[in-house]
Amino acid sequence: MSEVTMRVNGKSVSGQVENRTLLSTFLRDSLGLTGTHIGCDTSQCGACVIHVDGAAVKACTMLAVEAEGADVATIEGQANADGSLNVIQQAFQDHHGLQCGFCTPGMVMSAAALLKDNPRPSEAVIRKYLEGNLCRCTGYHNIVKAILAASGQSVDAIAAE
Amino acid sequence: MYDFEFERPESVTDAVTSLQSEGAMPLGGGQTLIPTLKQRLNSPSKLVSLTAISDLQGVRLDGLNTIRVGGATTHETVAKQAVQHYPALADLAGHIGDPAVRSRGTIGGSLANNDPSACYPAAVLASDATIVTSQREIAADEFFDGMFATVLEEGEIITTVKFPIPVAANYQKFLQPASRFALTGVFVAKFNSSVRVAVTGASEDGVYRWSEAESLLSADFSPVALDGAHVSPDSMISDLHGSPEYRASLVKTLTKRAVVAAS
Repeated sequence: MSEVTMRVNGKSVSGQVENRTLLSTFLRDSLGLTGTHIGCDTSQCGACVIHVDGAAVKACTMLAVEAEGADVATIEGQANADGSLNVIQQAFQDHHGLQCGFCTPGMVMSAAALLKDNPRPSEAVIRKYLEGNLCRCTGYHNIVKAILAASGQSVDAIAAE
Repeated sequence: MYDFEFERPESVTDAVTSLQSEGAMPLGGGQTLIPTLKQRLNSPSKLVSLTAISDLQGVRLDGLNTIRVGGATTHETVAKQAVQHYPALADLAGHIGDPAVRSRGTIGGSLANNDPSACYPAAVLASDATIVTSQREIAADEFFDGMFATVLEEGEIITTVKFPIPVAANYQKFLQPASRFALTGVFVAKFNSSVRVAVTGASEDGVYRWSEAESLLSADFSPVALDGAHVSPDSMISDLHGSPEYRASLVKTLTKRAVVAAS
């Protein structure tokens, strides 16, 4: 067992974990932050994408003890201070970027990581960036549209399908 | 996953000491090792994380014609920091896995694992790079020792990879879209007096140099120089994604594409 301390969504948290505990397990089971989803548990699907020190990471493929001292951001910390949806979340709602919603936390966190580095990505760049996030409902089209819209760009060029 | 002891030292010296205990293994970014542990294909008694060692981080120019990449440098960092000095290497790093994998996975972890379809081994072998470890310096030609095997000894850590910067270079990755590894990949590096060609994702022995192409391209660096070259499908990987014959064909096609792109 080890004691870990990290910042999660701006708050300092500590906990006792087995060394083998995955960061996704620590977030969900110890902190109750179940918005980070476990889809495949094999680092393929991206439902568990969070940010660690600002970088997109698959929380199912990182040990909790490796996050010692890190600054972690999850979907629970994405809404605005007043509880309203942030720009990316609102764009997902406006453009029907989700159906069952299972992949959505990972999609939103990946989108946030992309837009932080590249505030106005092209459609092609968005599609390429999302290659580690799988969605089995919408076929990605409206997700890409939502991210384009969240970056302040027109979505007219994307044909309705 | 079975449990293990865990240490996260801040220096190479401390890491080497930690790794001396029986059954201890180094942990880079964990993008291969953690999935392997989940499947209980490996059960180290102790993991020694290399991610807190600042000496193992980053890319820097060493003289005019060499870059040094720290062993625990992530693919994302190589993609960003090597782009001015060695664009073909940066491009390769920027196409490994997906963005979230690239922000954890490291060059040292990839090389130590030597997956037969990984991208980095091709860059290291084609560039005639030197792998610097906690104990010695190893030439790329000596480092790889067959599928998932290298000459690294127990507890030996890759601290730096020194890449001579070629005059021109290009990596062609034929993506296997499910795994995001190369189905087959070819790295061509042209130096002043020679050309080196390294192939990944084709041979059952892991990464190798295609010597016939090297001779032909050293004499004439153009795709037509390879028209008469022959790639044997013997000992090539066979799986549901590609037969040995298909991979042999890819080796020649990708080498030609790399030559065109590098010219």
